[in-house]
Amino acid sequence: MKYIIAIIKPFKLEQVREALGALGIQGITVTEVKGHGRQRGHTEFYRGAEYAVSFVPKVKIEVAVESSLADRAIEAIQIAAQTGQIGDGKIFVLPLELAVRVRTGETGTAAL
Amino acid sequence: MSAKDIFRSKLGLGFMALCATVLVPAQTAWAAASVNKGDTAWMLVATALVVFMTVPGLALFYGGLVRTKNVLSVLMQVFVVFSLLAVLWAIYGYSLAFTNGNGFIGSFDKMFMSGVTTATMAATFSKETYVPEYVFMAFQLTFAAITPALIVGAFAERMKFSAVLLFMTIWFTFSYLPMAHMVWWWAGPDCLTLSAEAIDTVKACVGEAAATDFLAKLAAAADDTAKAAVLNDYASVVNASNGWLFNKGALDFAGGSVVHINAGVAGLVCAIMLGKRVGLGKEAMAPHNLTTTAIGTGMLLFGWFGFNAGSNLEANGLTALVMVNTILGAAAATLAWCLGEWFTRGHASFLGAASGMVAGLVAITPACGWVGPMSAIAIGAIAGFICLWAVVWLKARLGYDDALDVFGVHGIGGIVGALLTGVFVNPNWVGGWAGSGVTDYLAVDTSSKIAAYSFSGQITSQIYGVVTAVLLSAVVSAIALMICKVTVGLRVDEPAEREGLDLSSHGERAFS
Repeated sequence: MKYIIAIIKPFKLEQVREALGALGIQGITVTEVKGHGRQRGHTEFYRGAEYAVSFVPKVKIEVAVESSLADRAIEAIQIAAQTGQIGDGKIFVLPLELAVRVRTGETGTAAL
Repeated sequence: MSAKDIFRSKLGLGFMALCATVLVPAQTAWAAASVNKGDTAWMLVATALVVFMTVPGLALFYGGLVRTKNVLSVLMQVFVVFSLLAVLWAIYGYSLAFTNGNGFIGSFDKMFMSGVTTATMAATFSKETYVPEYVFMAFQLTFAAITPALIVGAFAERMKFSAVLLFMTIWFTFSYLPMAHMVWWWAGPDCLTLSAEAIDTVKACVGEAAATDFLAKLAAAADDTAKAAVLNDYASVVNASNGWLFNKGALDFAGGSVVHINAGVAGLVCAIMLGKRVGLGKEAMAPHNLTTTAIGTGMLLFGWFGFNAGSNLEANGLTALVMVNTILGAAAATLAWCLGEWFTRGHASFLGAASGMVAGLVAITPACGWVGPMSAIAIGAIAGFICLWAVVWLKARLGYDDALDVFGVHGIGGIVGALLTGVFVNPNWVGGWAGSGVTDYLAVDTSSKIAAYSFSGQITSQIYGVVTAVLLSAVVSAIALMICKVTVGLRVDEPAEREGLDLSSHGERAFS
């Protein structure tokens, strides 16, 4: 199993959710986060005062998938979240050791 | 041409200065006179509108502009400063501002509201027209309370609460009260009628012996020149107790110099003497909630109708013109600020629109009862551009941290408005550009007319008003801040400032 973490632009969330849903991925966790990558934030102007906003608002999504589905899921996120502009985000993939469904106690892919 | 008109035509500019005016003092109740109920009803509403401008209008406007950790401190400062000044106004403020004293300050005659009852009346701008003294006192209270509250924006996010209260008490006493007295205190329109029919009024204004003397001289005056001379002598006695700037002819309809320049300059001095906020220029200090600021701006606009139109003290055609001018000045400045941002930044921001609206309201305040609607648009537009320049360029160039731009919007906007009032008051222009001119009340009956206009004379008078407000407020603010510094201290310490004033000064959080 793989654990996929993607940091994306907030307004791309709905498209990413649809793309993952189309692959049959049922579970997804979404968190509103702030941060920066190479983009190093941006500047905002308030009555002429320029503020460097180092931490840009992003959405972090986390999905656990069967290993066989991982490549397609990564591709789906990458296509759905892409605008081609700086700040489109990152996708991180981790090996997942165990998954447990709390209600039934099922483990492994059955718990996904 | 009647004899009366001849007197007036000889009075000229010198006399116009005597009659230039804004708000009116309380007068002795004349026999058989009673309040105008329509005017009274309007003034009660206008007073409530100005309260709404401060609490919660100004508080929310400022509250949205600070960071999350300082919202309550700003709301708190505005609410408590309002309350403090309301009480001080009743105890001694009203008396020092609106009683006879000298040209610079009144007396303690009405301290603790002594002598003010439900039966005493205040003069308006029409002869023999009165409102209850209590409504005049309450209306003026709201001005006295909002002016110090405006300064809060300049030292936001760093000043000690105790220092805020001490500073406000000193500044109100030595800067606001003298300015209000100098600009607004006058004998009232009734006193400028010298006739045997109005003998009681004449006696009340200049004393029994002088009244008999003047009336005898008037009766003895052989020709119009002699009558004009008697009237002029009489006017100089009546006007002797007026405020110094009032007699200089400085026009300030609703408080451009008393309220806005006064508060704006105090804000600038506070910003300079307190120093910059910790982290300015390095950390993001963006407004935490511009929606709150939008609500506050709307309340300011709404309340400003009471502030400006209420300053006419009557409900008549001029009051309606003031309302129209207030809307148009605000709207034109909003458009101007947006346009300015569009050209210089590439986009128009909401904060720009809100700032422009307030700048327009400030600039139209001294002018609103003196100018035509087209002039109001011009004043608003000019103020919008100049205030944008002040907060973007001037502030950056001079390097002071006026956190919420009290000086850039109220100080600069007030000065622009005060000077343009002198330009656009001109009654000789046509159509929507025609100014109201300055009323000349002096006559042998209850009539009045519009005095002649002189550009250089009026601009000089306006400059007197501006310079006096700037100097007085700057000096008083600097001394008041020094007193605060050696007694309670000016600023919270750095850890407290970093933590935010909400928690460190008031022990609570706005959002949790």
